[in-house]
Amino acid sequence: MKAKEIVQILNGELVIAPAIDVDALCGFGSDLMSDVLVFAEPQMMLITGLTNPQSVRTAEMADIPLIVFVRGKRPAAETLKLAEEIGIGVILSAYTMYETCGLLYNAGLPGLGRIETKQLA
Amino acid sequence: MSQQFSLFARMGKDLPLNILQELTQQLKVSRVMHKEVISLPPTTSMHDVKELMRTHRISGLPIVENGELRGIVSIQDLIYALEQNALDQPVSAFMTINPYTALIAEPVMEALRRFEKTGVGRLLVIDEAGNLVGILTKGDIVAGLLHALHEMYAQEEKAQQKRQPRYFFEALDSEDTSLTLRYQVQFGDFTHGGRASAHIKQALLQIGASPQLARRVAIATYEAEINLIIHTNAGGSIIAELRPNQIMVMAHDRGPGITNVEQARQPGYSTASEIAREMGFGAGMGLANIDRCTDNLNIWSAVGVGTRVEMIFEVPPEETSSSA
Repeated sequence: MKAKEIVQILNGELVIAPAIDVDALCGFGSDLMSDVLVFAEPQMMLITGLTNPQSVRTAEMADIPLIVFVRGKRPAAETLKLAEEIGIGVILSAYTMYETCGLLYNAGLPGLGRIETKQLA
Repeated sequence: MSQQFSLFARMGKDLPLNILQELTQQLKVSRVMHKEVISLPPTTSMHDVKELMRTHRISGLPIVENGELRGIVSIQDLIYALEQNALDQPVSAFMTINPYTALIAEPVMEALRRFEKTGVGRLLVIDEAGNLVGILTKGDIVAGLLHALHEMYAQEEKAQQKRQPRYFFEALDSEDTSLTLRYQVQFGDFTHGGRASAHIKQALLQIGASPQLARRVAIATYEAEINLIIHTNAGGSIIAELRPNQIMVMAHDRGPGITNVEQARQPGYSTASEIAREMGFGAGMGLANIDRCTDNLNIWSAVGVGTRVEMIFEVPPEETSSSA
């Protein structure tokens, strides 16, 4: 799923276009960056309410090319600056985390499926 | 020259004129001339000249006697012989004596100047002793220049590959290479948290690590960096030592120390502050995640002294340049 399509589905705002017109393969919603770091897969999109620079840093480490910030939160300038420097796309969604994820899932963006508990140990 | 060439090649611009000029200075006549020359003795009849020109589709033939160049016969000379109805006469009667020549060791530039000045279609190439060794047309020069440019481009591509290695540490040769990167991490500095990890990741990619390896190291290092920000009271340092077959990242602090390392390694165990949780961390996943990403994880800690986390990543054999 491409950034343009995501913006349409969420009636959202593309604040920073990704450096590469990336096609997100799956989505992961979390405000807990530790969990994102554990489960991240390449070309996974991050949906989060955490608007501080750590969300962008986490995405950078885990090769996440797109972040959707939920609940109408606008990240601070330093967060956006960092995303732009790295080339990570940023989309704002006025919907809550639950609804944002639901809309994208309905539109065909899959999640990671069931997590085996042994992956955590 | 090649540096200039590479610059423009990278910029995707047209080849600048001065590179062509330099090339015509560097390229010697010997590199572009035709070595297999059909030559005739002065006694050859004009009839035979006509037949040779027709069957070989050539417009000029050098006349040689005892290895020495005597002259050249061209289509114009043949036409004249035809007009005179004198095809049975020897070529020596119609050839141009003292034909224009090029020296084998001359730069192509000199030959080009002579073409321009004289208006002839071909130059006979002689060595220092005056022996005929080849023949040169403007077309030969163009083909030679194109070939030289192509070679230059291929060389440049090879050099480029050396600069952007395809394999880990490919560009460096030594018996034991290592690269050490050092960073200071401030306690509570969530704004800059992750900078060290980001730099290490970039460094890995720059020296040829695969995205998978760089990602694994980055995630573990980032967790360790966040730990320094959350759990220490004075920050700490991150030292990454990169070797061709192994990467070691060490996070070191003089913070409070961990009371029970085994407990801290369990998923979900956390002593993080409210601020850390607000920043998206402190869920007790850090050390467990580091464990998952590393091939070897060693933790030393003493309460009141500090903690040292040593993360070791083996570089997969297919990524090391020796196996390539």
